[in-house]
Amino acid sequence: MPAPVIRINGLRKFYGDLEAVRGLDLEVESGEVFAILGPNGAGKTTTVEILEGYRERSGGEVEVLGVDPSEPTPAWRERIGIVLQGTALEPFLTVRESLSLYAGYYSASRDVDEVINLVGLSEQASSRAGRLSGGQQRRLDVGIALIGDPDLLFLDEPTTGFDPSARRQAWEMIAGLRDLGKTVLLTTHYMDEAQHLADRVAIIAKGRILAEDTPENLRDSGTGPARITFRLADGARPESVPGFGPVNWTSEESGSGPLALIETTNPVEDANRLTGWALDQGLELVEFEVRRPTLEDIYLEVTRT
Amino acid sequence: MNSIRLALHEFRFDQKVFWRNPASVFFTALLPVIFLLIFATIFGNDEIESLGNIPTTTYYIPAIITLALVSATFVSLAINLTVAREAGLLKRVRGTPLPRWVFIGGRVGNALVISLVMLAAISVIGKVLYGAPIPWSNLPAILVTLVVGAASFCCLGIALTAVIPSRDAASPITNVIVLPLYFLSGIFIPENEIPDQVLAIAGFFPIRPLFEAFFSSYDPASTGGGFEWANLLVVAAWGLAGLILAIRYFRWTPRH
Repeated sequence: MPAPVIRINGLRKFYGDLEAVRGLDLEVESGEVFAILGPNGAGKTTTVEILEGYRERSGGEVEVLGVDPSEPTPAWRERIGIVLQGTALEPFLTVRESLSLYAGYYSASRDVDEVINLVGLSEQASSRAGRLSGGQQRRLDVGIALIGDPDLLFLDEPTTGFDPSARRQAWEMIAGLRDLGKTVLLTTHYMDEAQHLADRVAIIAKGRILAEDTPENLRDSGTGPARITFRLADGARPESVPGFGPVNWTSEESGSGPLALIETTNPVEDANRLTGWALDQGLELVEFEVRRPTLEDIYLEVTRT
Repeated sequence: MNSIRLALHEFRFDQKVFWRNPASVFFTALLPVIFLLIFATIFGNDEIESLGNIPTTTYYIPAIITLALVSATFVSLAINLTVAREAGLLKRVRGTPLPRWVFIGGRVGNALVISLVMLAAISVIGKVLYGAPIPWSNLPAILVTLVVGAASFCCLGIALTAVIPSRDAASPITNVIVLPLYFLSGIFIPENEIPDQVLAIAGFFPIRPLFEAFFSSYDPASTGGGFEWANLLVVAAWGLAGLILAIRYFRWTPRH
């Protein structure tokens, strides 16, 4: 098994008396898209900027592509691509010129037109960066980070402030990077973004990792059972349903009758039994819904203190 | 060799950015020419008695060349590097393999070339419109003054960015430094109108000595090739101080 691309051991960072990162352990494997998910002020950007070589750490061990990022070398810089939290473009250069400028900094850069296609800016290739939309500027940011053909790409909150369609486009593009075999470290405070893009997710808050797994496992790890909810037509509310014990009826005065809530770790089987029971009894199930907790539910649960 | 190729690459794009930026074109390239035309129109072809009866335009040509050089180097770098820093561009560049000095070298080279272009343009306009002679025999002195002046004022401009906190503060802070010095140093007002004590004080700052060096080269009465070593030494000393401060305090990351 190849060595991890990023290895963090007991990382700490103080700003004066404030401990922004409090003992972080993390490994990112080659070729994976890894998301650091957390609310604002959780320590995401501090952690990433230590990995990028911009900030000194206060303690712990850090290795990125086998190098300590507090002593960055040009050869190491050749292998990483960085998209900072804010867009950073020269407004008076066109898309093609911006990419050509940065291409000159690397000894083995990618073809400029190929990168323009990759980030979906072919139609804007001759437009000045200052005249692009916010979403297009962000994709140019990613293009510039890719121009040196890096092995590892850092994306710090790549879609913050985007409208839903621009975010979809950015997601498609980032998902495409996986096919190039890049390792991607992504920070985000959007649960759906981590769920959509990442192979693995670390949820951090107040400088600590609270949970770390694949999005699927985080959902299935028992932090929350699935929920079956339904109403019965005519406002019926039997005390119990055979096989489920007492039913938890929430009396909502919405006019549509009380809502039943069943929590289960076995949602498929239970849904089957419930619908079978309703059919036998000649009862009509209204607003029948089986919902597994989303990453958002997990996230809200673990970051709640 | 590779670094020189890279610096040229950087310079090529810096040139594009400069000429496409309406603010740099107006303030650095056009405004000095406009000043020359205005001063020449107002003061006509009066002669300055205390300076050997030279025509006023002959006086204003080295004055406006000094203004253009300070604008292309000190003012441009202080403002543009601050803007680039606050936009995160400098931080982004630091994340690439590009050596720092190459990036700065491109900007300084750009400022030097703009200074040279302005010097040539103002000299030609002076000759064509006002018949002011171009002192070809003093060309070596002119070029030495240009290079020493441009390098020194670049260092000072880069150093100044360290005390500019934000993008919005860049232009006011820079202009509050240069505008009074232009007046006190005889750039805007002919020096025979300025008290000697004021000129003596202005001489401690770098704009007045730079102007005196250019003036010697453009003064038809000057001898010895137009070299002004004492004045150039003052300019270079300021430049060296700027260099030391720039190395110590220049920031690549935004302050906001």
